[in-house]
Amino acid sequence: MTLASAVIDAPALAFEANDRRCAHCGASVAAANERFCCIGCAGAYRLIEELGLTRYYATRTLAAEARAPQPPDEDATDLSAYAVAAADGTASLSLLVDGLHCAACVWLIESALKRQAAVTEARVTLTTRRLDLRWRGGIEAAAPLVALVQRLGYRLAPYDAERAAALTDDEGRRLLRALAIAGFAAGNVMLLSVAVWSGGAGDMGAATRDLLHWVSALIALPAVVFGGAPFFRSAWQALKHHRTNMDVPIAVGVVLTSAMSLYETIVSGPHAYFESVVMLLFFLLIGRYLDLRARGRARSAAQLLLALTTHQATVLDANGRVKRLAATAVESGEQVLVAPGERVPVDGRVVSGASAVDRSLIDGESTPALIAAGDRVLAGMVNLSAPLTLIVTATGNRTFLAEIVRLMEAAEQGRARLVALADRVARLYAPAVHGLALATFALWLFFAPWQQALLNAVAVLIITCPCALGLAVPAVQMIASGRLMQRGILLKSATALERLATVDMVVFDKTGTLTTGRLALEAADIAPDRLRLAAGLAAASRHPLSAALRRACPDGPAIDGVLEHQGAGLSAGQLRLGSRAFCSVASSDDDDRPELWLTQRNASPTRFTFRDELREDAATVIAALRRAGIEVSLLSGDRAPVVAALAARLGIADWRAEQTPVEKHAALAALTARGRKVLMVGDGLNDAPALAAAFVSMSPASAADVSQTAADVVFQGRSLKSVSETLAIARRSQTLVRENIALAIAYNALAVPLAMLGLVTPPLAAFAMASSSLIVLGNALRLCGSRA
Amino acid sequence: MSGLLLLIPVALALGLGGLATFLWALGAGQFDDLEGEAGRILFDDEDTPPPAPASPAHPRRAP
Repeated sequence: MTLASAVIDAPALAFEANDRRCAHCGASVAAANERFCCIGCAGAYRLIEELGLTRYYATRTLAAEARAPQPPDEDATDLSAYAVAAADGTASLSLLVDGLHCAACVWLIESALKRQAAVTEARVTLTTRRLDLRWRGGIEAAAPLVALVQRLGYRLAPYDAERAAALTDDEGRRLLRALAIAGFAAGNVMLLSVAVWSGGAGDMGAATRDLLHWVSALIALPAVVFGGAPFFRSAWQALKHHRTNMDVPIAVGVVLTSAMSLYETIVSGPHAYFESVVMLLFFLLIGRYLDLRARGRARSAAQLLLALTTHQATVLDANGRVKRLAATAVESGEQVLVAPGERVPVDGRVVSGASAVDRSLIDGESTPALIAAGDRVLAGMVNLSAPLTLIVTATGNRTFLAEIVRLMEAAEQGRARLVALADRVARLYAPAVHGLALATFALWLFFAPWQQALLNAVAVLIITCPCALGLAVPAVQMIASGRLMQRGILLKSATALERLATVDMVVFDKTGTLTTGRLALEAADIAPDRLRLAAGLAAASRHPLSAALRRACPDGPAIDGVLEHQGAGLSAGQLRLGSRAFCSVASSDDDDRPELWLTQRNASPTRFTFRDELREDAATVIAALRRAGIEVSLLSGDRAPVVAALAARLGIADWRAEQTPVEKHAALAALTARGRKVLMVGDGLNDAPALAAAFVSMSPASAADVSQTAADVVFQGRSLKSVSETLAIARRSQTLVRENIALAIAYNALAVPLAMLGLVTPPLAAFAMASSSLIVLGNALRLCGSRA
Repeated sequence: MSGLLLLIPVALALGLGGLATFLWALGAGQFDDLEGEAGRILFDDEDTPPPAPASPAHPRRAP
């Protein structure tokens, strides 16, 4: 069976039910007879077939809302420079993988690599999204292996041990170890305590009780030292800097309770609270661990994005030799080559070559611009059709990019002042708890000996320990970030969920955000045979308009002997496809839309017009946002007629066109000043300052690197539904957090008076602690089952 | 009550055994990837050598 027929025969396992879905990524496909949404997906599918790994499609757990990795249309980047050769003739490479979804992705990458003869080891870690690769041979053998994974649809970035989360790993292990010890102690001490409580009502002698207390102390005290260490350390840090945090009352409570219980044990008293102390630590450590994982996730998402932005430039030195350098290492005056499909790494002036560049990330302009020798290009533009040689005019902090970054950093400082809800509660919490405990101690001194007074004060501290709070918020955050990640949405900031929940206005950028940034043919009145002819010619070119024609008619047979006239058009014999001037057409059809003309002897010229393709669900998402009571507005750098037409189509009344980065930033600042909580969604370099100035911001994974760095949330895939989904999940999780805080306060309101009256006994304290924690945790877990 | 003198050490020894095992597993890196390892078991290991490049393996058909 040939490869081609294998592709056609093979059942698209997961997507047979709906043939209008891309067989690889599940995005909907425009033409009914198409199996793939793009060339990249078709290539990935074919590659998976070829390797015999089609089981991937059956086993992956792609949530209906999730998107499979979509391979890029452009060429693979070479990462072999990061490989390390070992003494035994092998070489290894560590990479960060973007686009991992579930265990099936792990299996696919590992299996695909292991089928390469040279590979000796390939291991993907889902949590840290790291790929460790080892093969026999030199470092140059890395290129085909890296390209293989990239062709499967995963983006790769060099893994930098310094930048990456080695720290989180260590801290995670330390917390888990503390958690295990606290858990062991909690279980065993509880066992003994139940015996004491039940024996206390019956015939247990004082000597037996003391023995059990001593055994409990023996187990609990080391566990307190070990399991409490994270809290003691954090509390000490806070106190040293004359601040207080949630860990201060915890540390004070734990130390006082342990000391008190040990004293009671020594004097053979009945009030030993060992089980409460270790259980408290156990619950708090669970919360701490969940919190670490949620934060670690956000951090690793941010790191991944950062790593993906390490750009390289191809520098041409004086001897005509070519070398790859980091874009930051390039000097002014050097010559840089930019291949078609590559992003321009530095600001410069074109020395030779003529090409079209996509400048949508710089200023939101959707039509590619033609450039030739002498024109200025900026870092961040994408070279589309032909190789270019540039002379570098600015580097480092003098580039256009650096100006944007400065603007962005200034805007971000304003946002750093925001304090998470849990921290705000904690600020009030510590003084309140300590005040209550002190008051209890002071008041009881009038009625009872100091031991009794201290015992009651300690009971207050135990009862008020913020177990519920410390557990419930991280649990909600962990579940919410996990659910978002399944949908390909990365939370980069820990407080983003909280801010998203209060959003009352969404500001969209146009090009690349509401639209896909790709041009699409407006094919309403074009005869099919002309289209086939034009698509056949266009097959020879990489120009975006040609690519749009190919997408509109992929099965038109490619025509041989096509000549490309740079910046003008294509020709094959008498057949011409290109600009108005190139085809010598005199026509009065004049609007701003990008166009191509097809001329042929004996036939009237045909005009093809293009427009920026709207994201398929843009209209639905905007309608859904409106229904949720959120105002929608549009800020674009593109020309007014284009923006007006799009705003009218989507029913957005409030729009502004031709906005510079500074104007966008000012517009957002003005909205913020009026007290609006604005979610900015944008992708361009020109959006980055606005993204940073907004209350909270989102950006698609296709966005400019700076914008992804500025955004709080990055979403993958071609669907805009991520925006409404993120808002829905944020609102739902914030409701749960509020409910949990309310529950914790209600519990305290009930239990604190009892403790102050001295009515709380060890079993009651233990029961209250466990039940309140389990209730808030159960409430947090409701987020798992909800369909929001 | 003298049973306690035997049973408490036995219970503690069992618990400590479990704790030691867990700490060993933690140190051996078994808890480093909590999300990936859970799914890994669902995929069969591949003992077969990689297919020759000339004849791509036929895709498995759906039942």
